[in-house]
Amino acid sequence: MSEHPAYAGKYPAPEDGQPAFFPEKISRADCAHLDALEAQSIFLIREAFHHFKNICMPWSMGKDSNVLIWLSKKAFCGHIPYPLLHIDTTYEFPEMLEYRDWAVAHHNLNLIVKINEDARAGRGAYAERGPVGYDTADPVTVTHELKTAALQQVMAEHRWDALITGIRRDEDSTRAKERYFSPRNKDFEWDYADQPPEFWNQFTTSCAAGEHVRIQTLLDWTERDIWLYIQREGIPIPKMYFARTGKDGKRYRFRSLGCWPISGPVESDADTIDKIIDELAVTKTSERAGRAQDHHERNAMQKLRAKGFM
Amino acid sequence: MTQTIDQKTVASTEDQQRLRVVFVGHVDHGKSTLVGRIFYDTNSLPDGKVDQIRESCRKEGMEFEYAFLLDSLLEEQEQNITIDTTQIQFKTARRPYVIIDAPGHKEFLKNMVTGAASADAAVLLIAANEGVREQSRRHGYLLSLLGIRQVVVAVNKMDLVGFSQEVFESVVAEYRAFLSQIGLEARTFVPVSARNGLNVALPARAEMPWYTGPTVLDMLDQFEAPKPLNELPLRLPVQDVYRFDERRIIAGRIETGTLRVGDQLVFSPNNKTSVVASIENWNGPKTEVAYAGQSVAITLTEQIFVQRGHVASHEKDAPIESNRFKANLFWMGKNPLVIGERYRLKLTTQEVDCELVSIDRVVDASTLEVAQQPSDRLLKNDVAEITLQTRSPLVMDNHDRIPTLGRFVIVDNRQVGGGGILSGGVYTDRTQVKSRNIFWSEGDVTAQHRALRNGHKGAVVWLTGLSGSGKSTLSRAVERELFNMGMHPCILDGDNVRHGLNSNLGFSPEDRVENIRRVAEVARLMADAGLIVLTAFISPYRADRLRARQIALEGGCDFVEVFVDAPLELCEQRDPKSLYKKARAGEIQEFTGITAPYEAPENPELVVPTAKWTLEESVAAVLELVRPRVKPEFFPEI
Repeated sequence: MSEHPAYAGKYPAPEDGQPAFFPEKISRADCAHLDALEAQSIFLIREAFHHFKNICMPWSMGKDSNVLIWLSKKAFCGHIPYPLLHIDTTYEFPEMLEYRDWAVAHHNLNLIVKINEDARAGRGAYAERGPVGYDTADPVTVTHELKTAALQQVMAEHRWDALITGIRRDEDSTRAKERYFSPRNKDFEWDYADQPPEFWNQFTTSCAAGEHVRIQTLLDWTERDIWLYIQREGIPIPKMYFARTGKDGKRYRFRSLGCWPISGPVESDADTIDKIIDELAVTKTSERAGRAQDHHERNAMQKLRAKGFM
Repeated sequence: MTQTIDQKTVASTEDQQRLRVVFVGHVDHGKSTLVGRIFYDTNSLPDGKVDQIRESCRKEGMEFEYAFLLDSLLEEQEQNITIDTTQIQFKTARRPYVIIDAPGHKEFLKNMVTGAASADAAVLLIAANEGVREQSRRHGYLLSLLGIRQVVVAVNKMDLVGFSQEVFESVVAEYRAFLSQIGLEARTFVPVSARNGLNVALPARAEMPWYTGPTVLDMLDQFEAPKPLNELPLRLPVQDVYRFDERRIIAGRIETGTLRVGDQLVFSPNNKTSVVASIENWNGPKTEVAYAGQSVAITLTEQIFVQRGHVASHEKDAPIESNRFKANLFWMGKNPLVIGERYRLKLTTQEVDCELVSIDRVVDASTLEVAQQPSDRLLKNDVAEITLQTRSPLVMDNHDRIPTLGRFVIVDNRQVGGGGILSGGVYTDRTQVKSRNIFWSEGDVTAQHRALRNGHKGAVVWLTGLSGSGKSTLSRAVERELFNMGMHPCILDGDNVRHGLNSNLGFSPEDRVENIRRVAEVARLMADAGLIVLTAFISPYRADRLRARQIALEGGCDFVEVFVDAPLELCEQRDPKSLYKKARAGEIQEFTGITAPYEAPENPELVVPTAKWTLEESVAAVLELVRPRVKPEFFPEI
């Protein structure tokens, strides 16, 4: 595994063992607001499930995604009554794929894995332009083709009319303007300049055929809330969030996980959730600073997201 | 709440709920700039964020704006206005906040309301150089309508009026007078220059020595946290009913009050009662009590019929139930709200059709002038007192008593079009205020029109099972329940078919097939006419039942098969018509279960084991299956 190019950087391959980290359950006195966040998220998940019968929950395997699994189980008394979707860009860290297999068994997930094979192979609609990958295109294009276009393909196959997502307002300034129930048109476009009103917990709960609604159940959570909650509940998450010693002798961890060619670890000594929470209290770099596609050009995120990126 | 005894708890100093504060006011009066400045002054921005924005402004030849920290969309930066509400968090030494930056342009009022409706408190901005403007007043009015009582006014851009106390005082006098007309009182007025950070986080003694009051940040810290709602009467609107692990689970969020295991609940509007058997808590310890704000899942001791939209309360302190009421409404829909038209109304998890009966008073939210010309419609941004009539009874409270049950929205073309506040409702014995005879004028009569008139679609509910399994008993009980709900059910069974329509048929295999075929055709016709048809025939052959299903589906009617499943021994024991006895004695030939086969359904929509379930449980299961399937779709274009 250590031969894989994903490990040529600062973050080494894992020692053998299971890919999931089980936090020690610790509750803090400042967790009261987590009850309110949890209750609202469960409410939203149940609203989504009620209004849309053909629903799916994209699952990136990251920390927020794993909180979504947890909240779903809380909403439905230990069950998850909809399929999960992993958009596999083929640039996943091998360790994350191991985590995926582990989690499917552990949570008994109904997981659908989707790869935009045509884009990777340069066939079909991609015959003219050739294979799409980090070696041939910029990160914004790759993100669009291997994530958003893949999502469009798999949604057309399954005719899902709603997606339960785990984006948060504090991740990025365009996400700060999101609604809980956000309609997307046939081309997945987000009409951010004319979003529907949303108040008193009344949402846009239907859409025309071919359109879909994204139910963004973690909007109110912050990165810190996610960690506090993972710790309070003891939610298993990938080990890649925790510090390992790199080749240069320094310690690194991932704050946000994406495709390996464009995801950079941050220098950090945090190898427990306590340390991560302490680190967040003093850090002033943004969570997605290590994600190259966000910073490729001015307003890169707005453009990506208007076209359907999560 | 999920804390277990063996779980470690670490002490911390930040045991605080986030206070939600919305920033409102006229366009270009400096809301985003003030919020940006607060973030800058409290050191709440990521490293390099300001430098990065300064740099990109320099490249684009634009002047640096603190507002760009919030206005992240290209269009917002280019036009220098906020289009949509942004929510962003920060904290002071006192507590954490969610800051909601709302747009001030009239065009984006819906976004302002979206931001303001969830706020605990508001900061309203007025630019000193422009004074009180249209949206300054309109936003003030909407805050009062939304029930936001904690308001601070920041008089911004004091630098543009030479820090003049006189200008400040005149803005204060004018706006204070406006607020008093709408019954709102500002905590204080703060003279501010957001761009220069004066009286934002730090006092401006040098520039405005005449002002010695609090800064904007001081005022934020003086707002009070919302009061917990546990002491109010219990309101648990049912969100959904699940069946997991052989248990019926009622899910919903407790809007107000406290719920305990053992509590007797009454579900409005159908007035069924049951007792809380358990509060489910996956992966957590056993819970005996749940509070306002929690999303819960409960089980009941008796399996009464409960569905989404029912509201659980204690028997004392039940909510109001009404289908005609007055409300204060603000309208933001793209289309006007027109008298006599039909709309969809949502109140917590309830969803009903409604009609605007009258527009009693239209107020200009900015000038407070009352419109003199009566109109049959409300236009975008109108605020009015109206009378509404709903198709079925609505469970509600007065807004000043229980806010979440005292407000509703009206849907316009899939989107929330406007919001209403309820007041003056009378808490009475609700069994005396039922009036369900509401008539709607219609055009051509289609199945959809019938469904809207009847409040439900037609359908065929096909009960199958051995003689004595309980088909007739169940069908009669279901018919009675549906009828009591204001629906139109009817039963087809041997008694009313064999004597007339099928009197020429015997019990030979061919005649049995023809018997079922005719029943299926009649059921289809009746369902097409809008009835919920319950058929109660043994119908022992799969092929016959499949044909019945095809006949119904070809006619555009929904069809569900219910297997009334009781063991043969039990049916024979019951033997209500002594048929088994006769069959055993050889008096009846080809009797199903004795001398003729019964082919049990392979994939029925529902199995009702009448040996195990009480009649009430069986009825609840059938209703749970049928109710959602006959719910009319709402077609606003009709």
